[in-house]
Amino acid sequence: MIGAQIGGWKAAIRRVATIEAGGSAAVATWLPASTMEPAGVETKRRLDGREVLADQIFRRTAFASGIITVGIMLAVGVFLTLRASDALRATGLSFLSTQAWSPETGTFGVAAVLFGTVSIALIALAVSLPLSLGTAMLLSEVVSGRVRGILVSLVDLMAAVPSIVFGLWGVYFLQAAIIPVSHWISVWLGWIPIFAVTDAAGQQASDASAFTSSAFIAGIVVGFMVVPTQTSIMREAFTRAPIGEREGAYALGATRWGMIRSVVLPFGKGGIIGGTMLGLGRALGETIAVYMIISPIFTINWQVLKTGTNSVSALIALRYGEASEFGLSALMAAGLVLFLLTLVINFTASSVVARSRSGAQSDG
Amino acid sequence: MADIYRTEVLPSVRTTLPGTKTEDDGPRRQVHGFTAAQRYDVFGAAAAGVALATLLFGWFAPLSGAIGWTVVAFLAFLGLYMLLIWLHSDFEEVKDRLITTLFGAAGTLLFTVLVFIVIYTLGRGTEALGHLNLFTQTMKDAGPLDGLDVGGILHAIVGTLIQISIALAITIPLGIGTAVFLNEVGGRFARFVRTISDAMTALPSIVAGLFVYAAVIQAITHERSGLAAGIAITVMMLPIVIRSADVVLRLVPQNLREASYALGSSRWQTVWQVVLPTARSGLVTSVILGTARGIGETSPVLLTSGITAAMNVNPLAGPMISLPLQVFDFVRSPEPTMVARGFGTAAVLLLLVLVLFLLARGLGGRAPGELSDRQQLAARAASLRDLKRFEARRPLVAPVVAARVGVRSEEQS
Repeated sequence: MIGAQIGGWKAAIRRVATIEAGGSAAVATWLPASTMEPAGVETKRRLDGREVLADQIFRRTAFASGIITVGIMLAVGVFLTLRASDALRATGLSFLSTQAWSPETGTFGVAAVLFGTVSIALIALAVSLPLSLGTAMLLSEVVSGRVRGILVSLVDLMAAVPSIVFGLWGVYFLQAAIIPVSHWISVWLGWIPIFAVTDAAGQQASDASAFTSSAFIAGIVVGFMVVPTQTSIMREAFTRAPIGEREGAYALGATRWGMIRSVVLPFGKGGIIGGTMLGLGRALGETIAVYMIISPIFTINWQVLKTGTNSVSALIALRYGEASEFGLSALMAAGLVLFLLTLVINFTASSVVARSRSGAQSDG
Repeated sequence: MADIYRTEVLPSVRTTLPGTKTEDDGPRRQVHGFTAAQRYDVFGAAAAGVALATLLFGWFAPLSGAIGWTVVAFLAFLGLYMLLIWLHSDFEEVKDRLITTLFGAAGTLLFTVLVFIVIYTLGRGTEALGHLNLFTQTMKDAGPLDGLDVGGILHAIVGTLIQISIALAITIPLGIGTAVFLNEVGGRFARFVRTISDAMTALPSIVAGLFVYAAVIQAITHERSGLAAGIAITVMMLPIVIRSADVVLRLVPQNLREASYALGSSRWQTVWQVVLPTARSGLVTSVILGTARGIGETSPVLLTSGITAAMNVNPLAGPMISLPLQVFDFVRSPEPTMVARGFGTAAVLLLLVLVLFLLARGLGGRAPGELSDRQQLAARAASLRDLKRFEARRPLVAPVVAARVGVRSEEQS
């Protein structure tokens, strides 16, 4: 019975709706075109546009530039791999473990230069990470207004300063100024193996010449070189921290540091990691400043304060001129190893940054 | 009870409309910045820290050296400052101030060092920059022992300009074309192109130089040339320009494109008349910043351009030196005059990069669609012209509407 009643209501509602629809149709203005159109000639409208000639040319040109770009870049990669394969076939896996560079006699490997590259980059990171983190926080959280604008521009400008200028500063100013510091560290922290500086007899070295051209000095210079890049990426991430959550933290009575620790740092973690790794990638590939400062050796030197280290890019700059066909192939192999290393670091960094940014959208 | 009812008759419980008030508010309350007491804490701690370090270094302890003094003074300052704050605040406040001070210290150290690097280079460069022959002569006539009044870097300046022109002639159309392809055409291949060009930003510049050395110089031309150097700079610059132009184009609002399509324009018209003009300032910035990177990079030209002391304006044959390589070549010499020339050349390079950067800031740095003052004036003039055109046409169609529009435009003017 209840069902029948509902059915009756439904029918009534439908009736009313029909009447209303009919009524409104009678009152409404009619579209002029629909009355003129002959009935029955209903062709389906095409939704996909036909390309005009200009569009075709545009699309093909854009496509072509994409192809050329990929062509150039793949050519670099493929060419490097092909030319490097000669040397890699000759040495096999020992290429990664040999500490010498004489392709003429067939004994060469990147163990020492790769160690030097990584040690310089890690020292650079130890210098640049606290500086860039602190400066990025300063720029995004502490200063404001005109001062912030000027300082942000200054950081961007510093990212464009040529590396040879940093190299000049490292050779002609920093080297002399930093030797007492190196000496001090080696005396007081010498019990940590990497900070010790010993001569051939194992005695503590105190002569100033034992501390010049070291990985430590090169690392500091490269560190200052990569700080601007890192700072601008971190600052970007910090300023994106949602304003609502910042104000929420302040409203709960947090100090500025409390707010930073609970909102900005968790939010900007991706930016910190990504910026650090991009800086690391640049530090690994840096050539000219390192080449000007270090004195090249081909053995692993664990004492980073002691004179003598090497890097892959400095090795290429040093040996390309006198290299034979096979020697060039060996240098290509070293360059390829460096490229793969920076490639892995860059991709990890950009995926970390991208992931953190996608989290930025969900402002909950 | 009676008290509650009495508030009703009080005349002061009335809201005032903003702007109708005439009396003065009194001094504005300061909501940020430091209070006087906080400022005295900083100054007092700083003075005490400096005094303590000087005392230790001068008299009490066998310490020496400017860097050591700075470190000790800073640490003493930090400790004393914490103590002063702890006297009148709680532990949270102390932590907050400590962290803020550390941020400030990091920023101060960084900016001091970076500005010092620039000033040091410019300062040591003035010796050579003072001799105007640096800009008008080449090093061909100057022997290694000649003074600064002979010889110059005109050949390196010309070489840099030629090489960067070659690189820009390839990079601008190809880089922006690829960025347009990535954003406006899209598809699976575009994603592949983006991945590859992102990967190439990781290519160390020396490896780019090595590639050109082996693939162009050894295989084809058999001599170093300006063209080879230009190609090496291109290989280095192209991914940088593509990436930044890609970001700029991605920021163009999608509804502008949709509005353009809705007006019936084709894809090419949309790109040429809507997307690229909207993103123009960002694209210019990305190209100029890429140029600044390309000009300053030494390692790709180290292997490819060759070193010469003479002027060479033909990029196809013979070595052609550029500014960063000239710096490198000068400072390899032990002669003090050569080193002075090196610093002078570095100062020229630095000033060039600075000018490019300021140019990029002046021309660009605006978000897509944001207009400069002059562009706003132009847009206003254009819409006024349109209005006049409409007015001129309207009377033929509907005189009543035209009269109304005429009245309205008079009111506006």
